[in-house]
Amino acid sequence: MSDTLPRDDARPLPPEAAMEDDVLIRVDNLVKYFPVRGGGLIRRVVGQVQAVDGVSLVVRRGQTLGLVGETGSGKSTLARCIAGLIPVTSGTVTFEGRNITNLSRRAMRPVRREIQMIFQDPYGSLNPRRRVGAIIGDPFAVHRTASGAERKKAVQELMERVGLNPEHFNRFPAEFSGGQRQRIGVARALALRPKLIICDEPVSALDVSIQAQVLNLLADLQREFGLSYLFIAHDLEVVRHVSNDVAVMYLGRIGESGPRDQVYDTARHPYTVALLSAAPAADPDAAAERRRIILTGDVPSPINPPSGCRFHPRCPKAQELCSQQEPVLESKLGDPAIHQAACHFPVQAGEIMARVAGRERR
Amino acid sequence: MSLLEVTDLRVSFPTADGLVQAVRGVSFSVENGRTLGIVGESGSGKTVLTQTLLGLTPGGRVEGKAVFDGTDLLSLRPDQLRRIRGAQISVIFQDPLTSLHPLYKVGWQITEMIRAHDKSVSRKQALDRAVELLGRVGIPRPRERVNDYPHQFSGGMRQRAMIAMALSLSPKLIIADEPTTALDATVQAQILDLLIRLQQESDTALIMITHDLGVIADIADDVLVMYAGKAAEKASKHDIFYRPHHPYTKGLLESIPNSSAAGDRLRPITGQPPSLIRLPSGCAFHPRCAYVMERCLTEQPRLAPVGDSGDHVSACFLPVMAAGLADEAEELRRRAVGQGRREAAARIAEEIAERPEAEGSVIA
Repeated sequence: MSDTLPRDDARPLPPEAAMEDDVLIRVDNLVKYFPVRGGGLIRRVVGQVQAVDGVSLVVRRGQTLGLVGETGSGKSTLARCIAGLIPVTSGTVTFEGRNITNLSRRAMRPVRREIQMIFQDPYGSLNPRRRVGAIIGDPFAVHRTASGAERKKAVQELMERVGLNPEHFNRFPAEFSGGQRQRIGVARALALRPKLIICDEPVSALDVSIQAQVLNLLADLQREFGLSYLFIAHDLEVVRHVSNDVAVMYLGRIGESGPRDQVYDTARHPYTVALLSAAPAADPDAAAERRRIILTGDVPSPINPPSGCRFHPRCPKAQELCSQQEPVLESKLGDPAIHQAACHFPVQAGEIMARVAGRERR
Repeated sequence: MSLLEVTDLRVSFPTADGLVQAVRGVSFSVENGRTLGIVGESGSGKTVLTQTLLGLTPGGRVEGKAVFDGTDLLSLRPDQLRRIRGAQISVIFQDPLTSLHPLYKVGWQITEMIRAHDKSVSRKQALDRAVELLGRVGIPRPRERVNDYPHQFSGGMRQRAMIAMALSLSPKLIIADEPTTALDATVQAQILDLLIRLQQESDTALIMITHDLGVIADIADDVLVMYAGKAAEKASKHDIFYRPHHPYTKGLLESIPNSSAAGDRLRPITGQPPSLIRLPSGCAFHPRCAYVMERCLTEQPRLAPVGDSGDHVSACFLPVMAAGLADEAEELRRRAVGQGRREAAARIAEEIAERPEAEGSVIA
């Protein structure tokens, strides 16, 4: 059906129109609630943490989808649901046309070879008492794809590929620096030649000079192996650097999504605009000229999220409608269909939102 | 005279593995109402540097001078230092959850701080002051929140409470050690905004320690770039960002993904920061430096004026005019490195020629 649509290679197609063979993984209306139990003997469920509440997104072959959001926006929960590490409450995850939602452990096993994860904390995600060679070789052991000398050779090739000295095969994680440990995590994720790597804040714990080394490595591997990334980060400059498409999450929902440049240059959702204005740029002149939108308050609790648009209590543009009716994620103000925002009062180009920081610059 | 004048501060820690040289001779000064940004990667010594001023590095061997308002902090007895710490110099740490006591109410912790330094203040007065401070740092309904425990505050509110505590005795100097690193971007913006506003209201001096050049670009007046326990470069914010001289500063700036070159390859600094126990010879940055010359391996460069302004100093052997990111500066750097290599090669060739009996070793 989608064959008839014109295909523009420069721009990714909207989720509905994208040709299926272009899509590696599709998430439809994914919901993940965690029960909150009371303190009594029976531990009755007294509430739900609505960590992810109806998220749809698509990751294309060989491309990177950047997922941005603050603490508590549900981005890591979403990643874990997609990787099948935790069961989802409702909604579907489709990988290469196959529904992989809540598969049994046995059925999930071959899928896990295709979807791997890199975690934020290079200290916490490696067993300190095992040698690096064994850590990187684990995927081969678990999936029984290589053993003995063959496994050792494969591991050393991987180490070399990610920029580690293959002779350090017998060292322990503690003997490596933070950046090198993250390379170990990358090597382990890469071992089974996956199609999708979910990177959950892969460079947040690293110093800038090391961060750039790891970002370059990820880019090289993507080109070499045709990898797709779901790249989760809170650093907007990093996400802009690596992504083809970007989705902005707020309190369990997608506030805005679309091709990178459209989201960054013509953000429609007031939250995206505020987030972009808040991120400090390493450029004093730009920092002095920029009008920062200072949001009031903190992210509300996902146990009892605000009615209507979840951003309305902090939104400088909120009106009565926002607290009553939940906005639909759709294209706004004549944007192409692929650039969508969930807002009743999308931000116009050049519009200056109220409540900008009114401070004098020296 | 400057409010704080630090001269040739050295801090080292004896350990089982050897002597950790955390700070190796750093000098700087801070004026009233100004913000000094200290940037550097993990292990560059930026935190040890400032904690030493407050006597918070037990077990460290400290040398040098740190004159604050006429008194050398490093010569004070612990009880004398205690009177200055908190009252005249206060600190805001990175992690507000571990710096607030979990079992005491936020208000109690602030009143305790006030009364510890001034016994004449009654509990009631101190509590009123705590409420006023919490209101000033933007905590809603401070009269009620003063009775909350730290866990009832969000991360941003805890950091506000820490700032309120730091302000409680109207210090002359605030040292903020990565105060926004644990916070989200929108909350970070709130906190930086608050710090700038409070500083302008009370003419406080601020030392902002961070690894985030974005924060520096926002808040600092002057910047000290640290590498392996030494000052690599020191200049006004503008010079650091637009006319960096030290290859490390330049490398840091180029490592940051920036919007104009999205998707291009980044230009990271190669290698890893050095061990502070076994420091490289000569300039500690030389194993990672793109412009390494022969003398960098043996001589330690001193901080010397570079560029056009006298306040801009850099510890690097590159020509003084080779500052900035423009092509001309790059040309100067390349030429200096090329000339150095040619001279070195010529000298080595000469040495070999003088020793005809020696096996002719290959010069790359």
